[in-house]
Amino acid sequence: MPSDIRGDRLSPAEVESNFADLHPLLSKHEAVVEADRCYFCHDAPCVTACPTGIDIPLFIRQILTDNPSGSAKTILSENILGGMCARVCPTETLCEQACVREIEHKPVRIGELQRYATDHLMEKGAQPFERAALTGKTIAVVGAGPAGLSCAHRLAMLGHEVTIFEAKEKGGGLNEYGIAAYKAVDEFAQKELDFVLSIGGVELKNGMALGRDVTLDSLVADFDAVFLGLGLGATNGLGVDGEALDGVADAVDFIEDLRQAPAMEKVAVGSNVVVIGGGMTAIDAAVQSKLLGADEVTLVYRRGADRMNASPYEQSLAKEKGVVLRHWARPEKIEAGPDGKVGSISFARTKDEGGKLADTGAQFTLEADMVLKAIGQTFVPVPLQGSAVEVALEAGRIKAGDDRRTSHPKIWAGGDAVAGGEDLTVAAVEDGKQAALSIHNALTGA
Amino acid sequence: MANLQTNFLGIKSPNPFWLASAPPTDREVNVTRAFKAGWGGVVWKTLGEDPHVVNVNGPRYGAIHSNDRRLIGLNNIELITDRPLEVNLREIKAVKKAWPDRAIVVSLMVPCEEEAWKKILPLVEDTGADGIELNFGCPHGMSERGMGAAVGQVPEYVEMVARWCKQNTRMPVIVKLTPNITDVRQPARAAKNGGADAVSLINTINSVMGVDLDIMAPSPHIDGKGTHGGYCGPAVKPIAMSMVSEIARDPETQGLPISAIGGITTWRDAAEFMALGAGTVQVCTAAMTYGFKIVEEMKLGLSDWMDEKGYTSVDQFVGMAVPNVTDWQYLNLNYVVKAKIDQESCIKCGRCHIVCEDTSHQAIWAEKDGQRHFEVNDTECVGCNLCVSVCPVENCITMEQQTDGVDARTGQPINPEYGNWTTHPNNPMRVAAE
Repeated sequence: MPSDIRGDRLSPAEVESNFADLHPLLSKHEAVVEADRCYFCHDAPCVTACPTGIDIPLFIRQILTDNPSGSAKTILSENILGGMCARVCPTETLCEQACVREIEHKPVRIGELQRYATDHLMEKGAQPFERAALTGKTIAVVGAGPAGLSCAHRLAMLGHEVTIFEAKEKGGGLNEYGIAAYKAVDEFAQKELDFVLSIGGVELKNGMALGRDVTLDSLVADFDAVFLGLGLGATNGLGVDGEALDGVADAVDFIEDLRQAPAMEKVAVGSNVVVIGGGMTAIDAAVQSKLLGADEVTLVYRRGADRMNASPYEQSLAKEKGVVLRHWARPEKIEAGPDGKVGSISFARTKDEGGKLADTGAQFTLEADMVLKAIGQTFVPVPLQGSAVEVALEAGRIKAGDDRRTSHPKIWAGGDAVAGGEDLTVAAVEDGKQAALSIHNALTGA
Repeated sequence: MANLQTNFLGIKSPNPFWLASAPPTDREVNVTRAFKAGWGGVVWKTLGEDPHVVNVNGPRYGAIHSNDRRLIGLNNIELITDRPLEVNLREIKAVKKAWPDRAIVVSLMVPCEEEAWKKILPLVEDTGADGIELNFGCPHGMSERGMGAAVGQVPEYVEMVARWCKQNTRMPVIVKLTPNITDVRQPARAAKNGGADAVSLINTINSVMGVDLDIMAPSPHIDGKGTHGGYCGPAVKPIAMSMVSEIARDPETQGLPISAIGGITTWRDAAEFMALGAGTVQVCTAAMTYGFKIVEEMKLGLSDWMDEKGYTSVDQFVGMAVPNVTDWQYLNLNYVVKAKIDQESCIKCGRCHIVCEDTSHQAIWAEKDGQRHFEVNDTECVGCNLCVSVCPVENCITMEQQTDGVDARTGQPINPEYGNWTTHPNNPMRVAAE
């Protein structure tokens, strides 16, 4: 079958409807009824489960007592990107999994309540935090993603001056470029970026890449401290024949193109899309392919559903949107169709053998004119190279301690670029916050 | 963050939220935990004479729940402190020393004999406590022994004991009132006449929480028998607010400082009591339901609200609603409202119609053009607000003031002037309008 990758599979109206807000904002009545379900637990398990340690019972109680702005302040004081986290956090494996009401299979909808509060405050547009007395210290933050923005905001609050160097045209990092469009409608990532920067004392320099436009040496020389929130620079390859064929692409690029497209219906998608991988990126790519009008979308993962990084909720969302999930298969070969572009992809069936992945010997082939690769990303240390200043790596990513300080005394790091992290937005926000507190202590002796 | 500091009878506290005299304030360990959690003050659980009282060894509390087990009302049959006087005095002294910025008021209850009060007052003074609260409210157990509510129900006794205390201590004296009385203004006036510096109210309300229909006894019960306890919690707030407002607006007690008690659970509850004249508020059930951390929401919420309204200190709004609490006879009878149902938000449950039809004024139609449709008939609507009260959708039914034209129900033109019962033609006791 010839390749059929193209835009305009669906009308603009159909695409707009397909990409509508996944969880519309709760009404006040819905929010109060839901808030009323919170038991205000002692030493609440949800708080422990939140990487940023938001006082969840308190913010929910503030919704209950008709103080949504105060509720938002409680949230944002621990997580300045609480608005985006309310949209993208896998709450069912974090706070809501820990909710004591999970025992009745209906945890309090913490994520949606968080959005109710933060949207309320951001609608009013006011920055709820003030800056402390200026310290005269300057900090360079590399990367305007969740880790960098969180770090910059906290540093500004503490009275420091911050310059953010961002390689891309827009700030926001993966919030802007890397998540499904229906999770952050109405330019939310840019609105949140503006909200974060409205604290003052933070200069965002776009189009400034570390290693290209600015060096680590110069940052260390020119600033009192440096925070690296570089993210992951490269995607993993499948390492199979045919990977270079026309029609094979990285899922992260597909997602980014879709997020940046002025008209989403114009974004090209195949008729038969096969997504390889088991994480959030794989799900986001698969679901959005379907929403753009692909006829068949199949997500193939080499292990069972329980081993997928995508949460059960995300998996069920994919199924609900018409994505076929196939497990226990690994790609062996991508073959060209008659037009020389991708035509099919063959898989070896796999099984678990004493904890190790093994082939069963069986195979199958799927027709495909588009193959999206989502089998993980890798940290690329290139921006760090070529400087006299050295930062130690660990397992291929930057090594940082609990205080997010690297091997270099003036450099801190956080987010996906750091070893041992959870690769979650909310974890990156916590990294940025903890790094800022550590930098503050180091610079002021506080 | 607004300044929440209060100065009540010269007793300063960082915020108006005090824990009421009750189980949470019986011991040093509890009070220390409360202060760590941020409470502005405590009224130490009532001290009495030695030998100390004893409590039952069965259930002390009973509760009313919503269907989702939210605690709506609580009652208790616990008595005053059941620890030796000396132990409490020692602990009060230690806590006051450790927490000089917090208010510590000591609740007292001894027999109605001047000697008994003369004996205990210097002992309390010696602790460095900021003031005393006379427990004339405890409705169970102690009242059978001629104390607590048994005193609070007799204004002459209230005045007498308040006077003894004022004569025998330099500490500010707060009289805690029982709601188990017909007219709460009487004991409040008596307290003032006796020289009391303030009143606090309400103590708990006589209550039986339920009946076990298998054993035919009140529940909870002690070995098959039950007794009335003191009712408190969110359910009693409206009763407490009425009593507070009556004292706040009574010409004889106007200006007498009030510490309000009764179901305070959120910042808004506190703000409402303060608007009705309370200088501080006392909390018990909310803490006993959720723990001391609950005060965080109260402080943050009150502060956020004050910031929003532009109040920089609590004095600026204490008592602000008092002038608007009045007698029925002064309500404006020329004020006309009609219910209005917003058809966009109406979910067509029909409850407004049926309650109006069955129990009120037949003023809501249930049908239009053969369709289920609920709409107000202005020629019957008296503006009673019952439909608003029972509607499950907030703001779906509103009461709209009619400012001109003719009231379709009475056929009378809308009178823009204020007119009340005292001058109404149907009032045989009317006074001539000026």
